[in-house]
Amino acid sequence: MAEEIKTLSSQLAQDPDSLVFLRLGELLRMKGQLDAAQRVAVTGLDRHPHLPDAHDLFARILADKHDYERAFDEWDMALRIAPDHVGALKGLAFLYFKVGDLAQAAAHLEAAQRVAPADASIAQALAMARGGESAPSPTAPEGEGEPVALPASDAPTERAPPPPPPPPGAAQPLEEARVFAGLEGAQEGLLLLDAAGRVLGGALKDPGGRDVTDAVAAYLAGVSQEAARTAKLLALGRWTGVAAEGNGGHVHLTAPTGDALLLVVRDRAVPMGRLAIIAQRAAVAARRWLEKHA
Amino acid sequence: MTTAPANYTRALDLVTRVRGVRGAMLVSADDGIIVAEQLMEGIKGPAVAALAASLATRLRRAMEAAGVGASLFWHLQAEQGALLVVPTAGGTLVVAVAEPDVNVGLVRLELLRAGEVVG
Repeated sequence: MAEEIKTLSSQLAQDPDSLVFLRLGELLRMKGQLDAAQRVAVTGLDRHPHLPDAHDLFARILADKHDYERAFDEWDMALRIAPDHVGALKGLAFLYFKVGDLAQAAAHLEAAQRVAPADASIAQALAMARGGESAPSPTAPEGEGEPVALPASDAPTERAPPPPPPPPGAAQPLEEARVFAGLEGAQEGLLLLDAAGRVLGGALKDPGGRDVTDAVAAYLAGVSQEAARTAKLLALGRWTGVAAEGNGGHVHLTAPTGDALLLVVRDRAVPMGRLAIIAQRAAVAARRWLEKHA
Repeated sequence: MTTAPANYTRALDLVTRVRGVRGAMLVSADDGIIVAEQLMEGIKGPAVAALAASLATRLRRAMEAAGVGASLFWHLQAEQGALLVVPTAGGTLVVAVAEPDVNVGLVRLELLRAGEVVG
């Protein structure tokens, strides 16, 4: 592998527009050299922004780095460019599985299976998403047509994705039992409250790193009811969210269930539209967590 | 419709001319009382103003506590429409009630312009 990396690096240096960056980035990822792999992928994306395989490669690297939000965006972009991209479909299925949205995971795997019916790893993952197997090897997100199962350990190996989610019903480690486990900003920019403003999960820190969870929660008590009353008075139907823009950041509030309130806070570099997407994903995790702990 | 100074009317006109906006109000942020309004019939202005002011206060305090600073614009999204609000430096809320398919970015811009007019 080292020799191939050397050869590909040399080829890429001679021809920066070459598509060998896809193979080179993947080899570096497989070797666990994630920062080097990311540099190759980002440079490749700069030159080939409309190449779905480039977004897929970058997404795999991000997933290996546990940056699942950005991985989601990259796989999502790959699918916008190529709606039948099997690697992206499997990658998104993996992320949906990870946050517990089994229906979406299954839907993406079914779409992947329609494109690549001979891919045995898709069928295996689909069985897992549907709860049909007790301890399967989940499918790794990977390139089209190459059936690969997850490695048993977290050690970087060929086509290794991030650690697999536990099978449904299995005892979960503490981290997985937390409401926003695996989501970016789980302990500094995501907060789940009940109707009275009590903190159910997540945490908030201000830009100085101070924990402001309780203070923010106290001010948000009752917001859900007021938003519902306002929407009712205006005959607007059910309220779905409150997006707010501040001097130093953006916030998004939503109600994952009737009583609970979910707050997402990010700095101003994160556009409001993206914040809404982050909130949607966090709401899925929150709903699942609330159902489990009802 | 409330009789209002010319600059208030101008500010509200900026907002209500946007396609999909059902009405606009200027509301005192401190007490939730309407300062001026151009609302379609059937909208309970005083109640909406009071709730908008209350929500604005909670949001402002929560955002300041979170360290993201004062609210510049907020947007209550609902299945069949939206309430969009810009707080001004002078303690007034510029409020728009809109259809669900309104161009939020455009309303935001006009609310900010109206906020400058109101001061």
